[in-house]
Amino acid sequence: MALARPIGILLAKELRTEFRTRELLISTLVFVLIVLVLFSFTFDPTTVESRRFGPGLLWLALLFAGSLMLHPSFTREQSNDTLVALRMAPIEPVSILAAKILANFCFLLVAELVLLPVFAALYNLRIVPVLGRLVAVLVLGTLALSIVGTVFAAISSQARMRELLLPLLLLPLLTPALVASAEATAGLFNDPPTLAAVWVGVLAAFDTIFLTVTWLFGEYLLEE
Amino acid sequence: MASAAHAMETKKMGMQALATFGVALLLLVAAYCALFVAPNEATMGLIQRIFYFHVPFGWSAFVAFAISFVSSIAYLRSRAPKWDWLAVSSAEVGVPFVTVMLVTGPIWAHPVWGIWWTWDARLTSTFVLWVLYVCYLLLRTLIDEPERRAVVSAVFNIFAAFDIPLVYFSIWFFRTQHPQPVIGAGGSLDPRMLDVLLLCWGATLALLALLLRQRYRVEALRWEVERLRLESESRVAAPHRFPALNRPIDPKGRPA
Amino acid sequence: MQADSASNSPGGLGVEFVQFAKRYGARFALRNVSLSIAPGECVALVGPNGSGKTTLLKAAALLIRPTAGRVQFSNANSAGGQSFSSDMHRSQGLGALAPEASQHVAVSMTNGTDSAAVKRYIGLVSHSTLLYDDLTAEENLVLFARLYGLDSPDERALAALEPAGLAARSKDLVRNFSRGMRQRLAIARALLAGPKLLLLDEPSTGLDRAGQQWLGATLADLAAAGCTVLMSTHGAGEASAFVTRAIRLLAGSIAEDSAVSGDARGMLAAALAAHQEA
Repeated sequence: MALARPIGILLAKELRTEFRTRELLISTLVFVLIVLVLFSFTFDPTTVESRRFGPGLLWLALLFAGSLMLHPSFTREQSNDTLVALRMAPIEPVSILAAKILANFCFLLVAELVLLPVFAALYNLRIVPVLGRLVAVLVLGTLALSIVGTVFAAISSQARMRELLLPLLLLPLLTPALVASAEATAGLFNDPPTLAAVWVGVLAAFDTIFLTVTWLFGEYLLEE
Repeated sequence: MASAAHAMETKKMGMQALATFGVALLLLVAAYCALFVAPNEATMGLIQRIFYFHVPFGWSAFVAFAISFVSSIAYLRSRAPKWDWLAVSSAEVGVPFVTVMLVTGPIWAHPVWGIWWTWDARLTSTFVLWVLYVCYLLLRTLIDEPERRAVVSAVFNIFAAFDIPLVYFSIWFFRTQHPQPVIGAGGSLDPRMLDVLLLCWGATLALLALLLRQRYRVEALRWEVERLRLESESRVAAPHRFPALNRPIDPKGRPA
Repeated sequence: MQADSASNSPGGLGVEFVQFAKRYGARFALRNVSLSIAPGECVALVGPNGSGKTTLLKAAALLIRPTAGRVQFSNANSAGGQSFSSDMHRSQGLGALAPEASQHVAVSMTNGTDSAAVKRYIGLVSHSTLLYDDLTAEENLVLFARLYGLDSPDERALAALEPAGLAARSKDLVRNFSRGMRQRLAIARALLAGPKLLLLDEPSTGLDRAGQQWLGATLADLAAAGCTVLMSTHGAGEASAFVTRAIRLLAGSIAEDSAVSGDARGMLAAALAAHQEA
């Protein structure tokens, strides 16, 4: 596909920029850790409760972190109008969005994989037996967050109060993904661990639908 | 010519008043039926009759949001401003309708079940629906430039619309796993109840149409005012394009 | 050097604005502009701030969805037809700009394929640098070389840094560059893919004497190769020496066109005087 090449080029640029400074990655990691620890102060998790609340809290923390961290995707491009330079290039505008979605997906996934062992330790969960399925759920859920998050970052970068607007728009819209991810993850920590097909289906549907909508309408967000 | 325009305006206002009166009448009839004509519900008594407004307002809100969704898509393809007017009007009318539904829910629930709110599937999903469209309206207020506002909010609207079925399904399924008391649960509907329900729905749809039309007209008028302002401004700003209009004005009004 | 002449392949794009209008909310940036620029012309855009020069340049770069009207491009025959076609076929595989015939390509924002074909040949130097601060000079150019589908992007990028006097700083982050160096890199970026239409928004800004001389020499080369240049200027600088036509904008429409009034130099001088007064 003709789009793969520009997406690849832009993705490399996004990754290179981020890994040079690592600001976002580190901020996200620290933020999620803090949230997870704070949650434990608001109620005292015994082992049984941990297993019930833990997964939901993890996803909630990721959601908050994501909605703050996805913001620079587009505001970074505003300082020198570099988005104009990208739009001038002979590439499909949607590939700019696609590259950012993929880049954000990578950052979030890396942060999650680093956090996973920490999370398991804090909430006394055994992740090794279910690791494969857990990563699958993480991938689907993170994809949901990055698709909608990147598009909404593009939306909020054009509005006033943009830092507040992104979480405001993102959180209600991601409700199905949050419910599905939390439930799917919680199911994996039951005895015996089960991966509910319904929730995986919801996540897959969510990802597919919104990827398609982005494909069809996303480029209009980049225009002038 | 001025009097013909005046006559037309008067006629329009007359039609407007008639329509408003008609809708008000319809609503009164519906309310009467809901309160007196519909049969008594077996267990809940009088308060159950709120169901005849709780549900129709919800259904009409869905109709409003569907109109908003279709208008948003139409706008993105054609870029004709009228679709943007329709999108914002229908969303703005839909939100109060959902608010009515969300408020009547607890009013119904409290006498019957003793609780104000329950995180049951329908109420929770409807709440998310409400939040999403409030966000749509909020987003619009935060973008100043009209064309950007229209495009960006249209994209958001489309996302929200596709999200709604996912929200309802996922929360419904979640509730089957973690049950909670449900407000207004099932049971089959007596045919007379169904009749009254449909009548009430018709009344709320009429109200929707009336409000929608008014709101749309306001938006169209705003646009017209803006256009006229720009036109006059362009005569001032680019005088070299309008030499005839920018000749000095004779104080006695004679052409120069 | 073969690489250099291929990067400035002969011929230019003609640009035509057909009743072009752009409105931003309460303000018309451009009103009903009809303007035809032939391939190879070097046009200066003058006018006070806010008269629509930047918008006109962006419109020529296909960055703006018009409120009304459209932008058209035409491609004149040129003697160097061979190198033109070989570059084209490798980059975008298109039929619209066949070198054999002079064609008019009406480009609308929604027509992705056609506009990609034309964008390949357009370079823009804007008010903002259009560069990534967190990447090095070399990385910036390599990125755009790749996006524009150039052969051997790494070599082309390094080769472009040389004449701009930035070869020594190729591995430095753009964040650490001075204003003048950024401007030079921005110009190098615009020239990278061998544009047939070069759009410049006050390109002398931030450039020192040496930089301005380089800009002037570059424009001379481009003029010789037949590239079309549309440049917004306040009337001063080396760049102005190559101007063949001047257009004055006022409040979003064309107030004066030297193609009609015949005095490009005079208009430039008047613009310079007006600018120095203000």
